[in-house]
Amino acid sequence: MSDIISQYGTIFLIMACAFGFFMAWGVGANDVANAMGTSVGAKAITIKQAIFIAMIFEFAGAYLAGGEVTSTIRSGIIDIDKAGFADSPELLVYGMLSSLLAAGIWLLIASHNGWPVSTTHSIIGAIVGFAVVGISPDAVVWSQVGSIVASWVVSPVCSGIIAFFIFRSVQKLVLDTSDPFRNAKKYVPFYIFLVGFIIAMVTLVKGLRHVGLDFSFTQSFLIATGVGIIAMVLGAWLLRAIKEDPGAGNNFHFDSVEKVFGVLMIFTACSMAFAHGSNDVANAIGPLAAVNGVVNSGGEFASQSGLPLWILLLGGGGIVAGLAMWGYKVIATIGRNITELTPSRGFAAELAAATTVVVASGTGIPVSTTHTLVGAVLGVGLARGIGALNLNVVSRIFLSWVVTLPVGAAISIVFFLLFKAIFS
Amino acid sequence: MSTPLSALFGRSPIRPIQEHMAIAHHCVELLGQFLEASFVRDWDKALAVQQEIQRQENLADDLKSNVRTNLPKSLFLPVSRTDLLELLHTQDKLANRAKDVAGLMLGRRMEVPDSLVEEVREYYKESLMASTQALKVINELDELLETGFRGKEVELVESLINELDDLEHQTDVSQVKLRAKLFALEGTLPAVNVMFLYKVIDQIGGLADVSESVGARLLLLIAR
Repeated sequence: MSDIISQYGTIFLIMACAFGFFMAWGVGANDVANAMGTSVGAKAITIKQAIFIAMIFEFAGAYLAGGEVTSTIRSGIIDIDKAGFADSPELLVYGMLSSLLAAGIWLLIASHNGWPVSTTHSIIGAIVGFAVVGISPDAVVWSQVGSIVASWVVSPVCSGIIAFFIFRSVQKLVLDTSDPFRNAKKYVPFYIFLVGFIIAMVTLVKGLRHVGLDFSFTQSFLIATGVGIIAMVLGAWLLRAIKEDPGAGNNFHFDSVEKVFGVLMIFTACSMAFAHGSNDVANAIGPLAAVNGVVNSGGEFASQSGLPLWILLLGGGGIVAGLAMWGYKVIATIGRNITELTPSRGFAAELAAATTVVVASGTGIPVSTTHTLVGAVLGVGLARGIGALNLNVVSRIFLSWVVTLPVGAAISIVFFLLFKAIFS
Repeated sequence: MSTPLSALFGRSPIRPIQEHMAIAHHCVELLGQFLEASFVRDWDKALAVQQEIQRQENLADDLKSNVRTNLPKSLFLPVSRTDLLELLHTQDKLANRAKDVAGLMLGRRMEVPDSLVEEVREYYKESLMASTQALKVINELDELLETGFRGKEVELVESLINELDDLEHQTDVSQVKLRAKLFALEGTLPAVNVMFLYKVIDQIGGLADVSESVGARLLLLIAR
């Protein structure tokens, strides 16, 4: 057994909690804004409603669908046997602590300067960094890292393609018809059904064993259909109140139509928050869970240990705190800047991004919600749906990947060596 | 504060292009007031109107260069960037033509013979109708964007452009008639005046031609 773990175990755990909370706070303050900003910008929901939705669905997403990504971050990137953690488990603790701290600091610097970095990329860069330098390049499961990095390209492309086809279907069924308003009222409930069904289906198929529910595929299908129908009924009830207003917007006949899509966007906003919770919360609590696992077992590294609820609560709490303290400002800023994205477009982008992210969460791959959303918006743009898109952002995002990985790694290495010098 | 998502959205050129067209059309409208003033030889009033046209034309120019500078190559648009700029250029010509007519007539204190006034007035009104129709077409741009430049809205715009073509054709017919009438009067008028009257008639008809080109440019924009 490791002396260091038994000696400093509590301190390590407190530090991990603090850093994890800090990281979750950063995610809540900054990252959630991108997920919710589209809905606010499209005036489908107010900022207060956005925060309320984010709090509930971020947490639900993290709790119900976040387990896979958490376990990838916790134990999927580093090969436990090759890293020699059996002999010196404290190295893993140092590494995870420095990763959290490095990613948190880098995010703080980046968001202060307005760089489009992603929490996911920062934490992966940091973990890989400390593992390569602090332990050995062999300790990294490169195939896993490779597939994660590949997913960063695949996920925006995927959501872009989905968004393109969703928006094309909206054009075909609603916008390009002779009576867009009537068709909007007719088809929007089906889109609402789709939102509820897809999110529920992916979550259920992935499995809810950790909350004590285990369904077969057929059961999952039936339950997801039920969720979809409930959402649809709720949506139909909300839609009843919307009447066509021939006087509204003399210059623009589509005002009433967009109001109908505004209702749809309430649902996609929920799904977006759920998707974000299922993927990004893991960035903060994955390393924390790893530290907790090592400390609790007194140095034994048990990769299969379950995720305690309090860790999840801490992550969720951090996000909510970040949202409440700082996130609403960012949501307001984004909301003001993206008025170009009307509800009929915003929903297509959000549904595509949410679907992609939830599928990635189900397979345990950490992706960037923001970048996935950017891909989806580009998809809507390709369907000739948006007035002007600034393609410079794409190259800036690409540049931020190239920078984030080594910088995240470098900061994490510095802290790793520091912790090692202090405690060992 | 900027995030990748908010930085993604560029400034859409659609609204400024519509504003530009509204100003260009306003220049054509003002030309009507100018003509009325010149018909009654009220050159003070004519000067005032001409200066207002000039001011509006400058406004249109500013707006045009503003759109151009905000349309970098890195901007991803639902329609071709060159087509959009050509459309803007054509709209700008409308304002320029109106300014030219007013400038020429004011400079020479041109007097339209009383027997021609009614015809010239009607002829101008037909050109104005073409310009009004062009404005109507351009005002559909935001709806076109809303439908992704597809479907029913495209059909609607195409029919508006067909009407515009008919209006332009009408001015051509009137122009032939007006010129025949002027030809009959030629002997009684100073030769130089006649020359410039032909030119003014040509330029007023040119307003309808340019309006038609605006429609044609828009058609190119939505053609796939």
